[in-house]
Amino acid sequence: MSIIKEKDFGTPASTTNQLVTLEIDGFQVKAPAGTSIMRAAASIGIDIPKLCATDSIEPFGSCRLCVVQIEGGRGMPASCTTPVAEGLKVVTQNKRLADVRRGIMELYISDHPLDCLTCSANGDCELQDMAGAVGLREVRYNPQGKNHLHAAKDESNPYFSFDPSKCIVCSRCVRACEETQGTFALTIDGRGFDSKVSPSQNQSFISSECVSCGACIQACPTATLMEKSVIDHGQPEHAIITTCAYCGVGCSFRAEMKGEQVIRMVPNKDGKANHGHSCVKGRFAFGYATHKDRMLKPMIRASIKDKWQEVTWEEAINYAASELKRIQAKYGKDSIGGITSSRCTNEETYLVQKLIRAGFGNNNVDTCARVCHSPTGYGLKQTFGESSGTQDFDSVMKADVILVIGANPTDGHPVFGSQMKKRLRQGAKLIVVDPREIDLVRTPHVKADYHLKLRPSTNVALINALGHVVVTENLLDDAFINERCEIESFTKWKTFIAQERNSPEASEAITGVPASDIRAAARLYAKAGNAAIYYGLGVTEHSQGSTMVIGIANLAMATGNLGHDGAGVNPLRGQNNVQGSCDMGSFPHEYPGYRHVSDLETHKLFEAAWQAPLSPEPGLRIPNMFDAAMDKTFMGLYVEGEDIAQSDPDIQHVHAALRAMECVIVQDLFLNETAKFAHVFLPGSSFLEKNGTFTNAERRISPVRKVMSPKAGYQDWEVTQMLSNAMGYPMHYTHPSEIMDEIARLTPNFAGVSYQKIDQLGSIQWPCNDEAPEGTPIMHEHAFMRNNGKGLFMLTDYVATAERTTRKFPLILTTGRILSQYNVGAQTRRTENNVWHAEDRLEIHPHDAEDRGLKDNDWVGIKSRAGDTVLRALISERVQPGVVYTTFHFPESGANVITTDNSDWATNCPEYKVTAVQVTKVNQSSEWQEKYHAFSENQLDLLTQGMNDG
Amino acid sequence: MKIERLIKMANDISDFFNAESDKELAAEGVKKHILRSWDPRMRKEIIAYSQQDGSALSDLTKAALVKLNSNKIS
Repeated sequence: MSIIKEKDFGTPASTTNQLVTLEIDGFQVKAPAGTSIMRAAASIGIDIPKLCATDSIEPFGSCRLCVVQIEGGRGMPASCTTPVAEGLKVVTQNKRLADVRRGIMELYISDHPLDCLTCSANGDCELQDMAGAVGLREVRYNPQGKNHLHAAKDESNPYFSFDPSKCIVCSRCVRACEETQGTFALTIDGRGFDSKVSPSQNQSFISSECVSCGACIQACPTATLMEKSVIDHGQPEHAIITTCAYCGVGCSFRAEMKGEQVIRMVPNKDGKANHGHSCVKGRFAFGYATHKDRMLKPMIRASIKDKWQEVTWEEAINYAASELKRIQAKYGKDSIGGITSSRCTNEETYLVQKLIRAGFGNNNVDTCARVCHSPTGYGLKQTFGESSGTQDFDSVMKADVILVIGANPTDGHPVFGSQMKKRLRQGAKLIVVDPREIDLVRTPHVKADYHLKLRPSTNVALINALGHVVVTENLLDDAFINERCEIESFTKWKTFIAQERNSPEASEAITGVPASDIRAAARLYAKAGNAAIYYGLGVTEHSQGSTMVIGIANLAMATGNLGHDGAGVNPLRGQNNVQGSCDMGSFPHEYPGYRHVSDLETHKLFEAAWQAPLSPEPGLRIPNMFDAAMDKTFMGLYVEGEDIAQSDPDIQHVHAALRAMECVIVQDLFLNETAKFAHVFLPGSSFLEKNGTFTNAERRISPVRKVMSPKAGYQDWEVTQMLSNAMGYPMHYTHPSEIMDEIARLTPNFAGVSYQKIDQLGSIQWPCNDEAPEGTPIMHEHAFMRNNGKGLFMLTDYVATAERTTRKFPLILTTGRILSQYNVGAQTRRTENNVWHAEDRLEIHPHDAEDRGLKDNDWVGIKSRAGDTVLRALISERVQPGVVYTTFHFPESGANVITTDNSDWATNCPEYKVTAVQVTKVNQSSEWQEKYHAFSENQLDLLTQGMNDG
Repeated sequence: MKIERLIKMANDISDFFNAESDKELAAEGVKKHILRSWDPRMRKEIIAYSQQDGSALSDLTKAALVKLNSNKIS
């Protein structure tokens, strides 16, 4: 349990190593050059009064409360803006300073409501604290004078309130919005007495550019910007550090509690992934955990046409186990399997795969990374020897050029997106490769040097063209290649990539990107000094997803942009534990630590440790499971935390496969889309209700800590353990730390990981072992992790996707996600985030809209070779002509009714990003939507009937 | 399983390895990939198809499947 208030040093830490010595109030202090006097004083426990300073933003020097006197110096400089210097003698307290401070506070308080006892910030107000600190005892100014005490509140944001009557115009919120978040949504409007904080152009918060990241609330020293949950429930009384359950940034949070109630989630200043920043999801959208839709009772039914029957845990577990055993007896050992989720902890996914391998006796285990970053796993394992990104997030602050490919960090990975924008504002160059104009292309004080607006599905042609320029213009890092890479593979690649067909000029016809832009971008990347690549699902979710990952790795090796700060290849993982679920052996061909199931030594290691015979044959991947179900060879499925009936492509095929199975067991928080096809429902626990760890996109293993009791009685790992025991494979863990200890014993890259060490260090980046006892921020510094230590170049021929546009399907649909919603939306749709995005829309270019007679908000039918659905149109120049775009957060949208079964050649990751479609104006829902609605209603009726019986 | 799906998957794998000019090496790459990532029932079905018909398979896929048929997982 941690303290509620974190120490605020007033100004950011200096990054220099050079120490200077000075004297503050008679005490000798050593501080790095560049440190403010305020911070140096705070470091020895002398807290100089302050209001406009806080250590998350640069000093401003406006409130003057922090004035000090320096021996031999003139006047009273602000200690927040005055840096330390050798030999300075500083006085922070004397009568003159006290008089000045008291005078300042008197002015502040003269225009502030004196309602401390009923104020939401009572006990957590810096203005209140400072009034006490300076000894303010009276306010001499006339309270009837001109003031701001009746300024109207802005309650428009669902999560926080803005009360300008309490504002002291310190600009901390404005600066946090600029410096921390990089949105520049706030400003100080007016002058002198009329100065006031204003969202955008005097708009309400909800209608401004504000992205509700919470940085302004964090920075506010008074109750001006305050969480509504604190207003409603009062100040929290204890805090527990845990890790966000949304995207792959894996932000560290302090869950601030009142008993078992979360009052607010506050980003942890010491969090190494987020450094005290947050986004609207992690900061505010946690209400789903206590939503009325939570399913808290185990349920069973023989058929999906039957009503649900609430049963005890024991009955549900025994029924599930008996069904799985019955199916194995009838259809064979390999006829059942399971799916883990990146929303589960490492320990949970480890247990699920262990249950399947040792308890079910096969390797039919897969994870949702199948449909997002499986090509990353394959491509980086082949080329670098390890299935992971190479850097820590902080590395971006040393990058001279940032190449973003098929990722939308400001929406998908907002906290890292803010860090990236900070570096770009410092002057780093930016190349964006994306069919769509993402925010990063042009955002306040950031403009991409090149936006290579390629046609969907042509990534490989583009990366080859970049490689071609590097090779033919001799921009190679020969020393790196010779020392660090397999020369034979490089020579072969060099010959291949230098071929004319890979030139930017030849590629232009394929990608649609002007050759001159590709050449210029390649030169910029190769000559940068430090050049870093960040990529997302716009790379992986293609039929050539793995080829593109390999192409990215080739480019980074060829230019020596690996093994050091500011460079690297960085997959931005979609969900919080994509990296971890893959690390834990959730793929059907790999044990934990990415070791193949046929590897004899590993096989023996796990057989001995798990005391069970294991199969050396790869199991079924998720899409193979569906095909096998249709074939009656795969008839039982255990799904933990994943919603395949919404998230997977060609959804009608998925639904048919689920209907074909004889036992589908779903363990989840809600009766999700998959659960509507289930026979057993096991209630899951949210991230707030369990212990474990998540591993983020930078390989950082962070603690997930139980802040409230599991609402249905058990943490998810306990449910898996019960199922395993019922299946006849005993598990007897008493705490997830024991599971992590087992992982560490069996997985070389985790050998040094333990809960004790995680608690001690806050988080650990794997590999963590004898060679790197405190973890590894940057990989491949001296050698790659392949057996011979050398990087492998591979040939990456461009192969056009089978998904072609025709007269019947002339447009390409591509999909993505939005800031306020998260993947299938199961969590965020059950929060106030719907205020920003209440439905999925189809973005279409004005030219394509005009051709079809479409206006904004028209209902449009979207038809592909796989199916059709109906959405409302959003006419936008973000998409290029010929391309349409939608998000996939709402099941009724049926985005995956349209997507096809095309997939990556190496991993079967679906080609979500490329579907040929036609768009037409319609006036009613699609046939699929009608059927979905009827099916869904029926399933909810069956649920209600069961609950009423129970 | 639907054989059309398996044929497409196998041919897609071959499309990647086809960049290798040494076709023996390329076929070995395809074989190894299928061996290490396909469930045995899928391998059995594609081999059966290659032996009975095989007309929809690319040349490289055919060559790889011959190798696969004489191999066990390693």
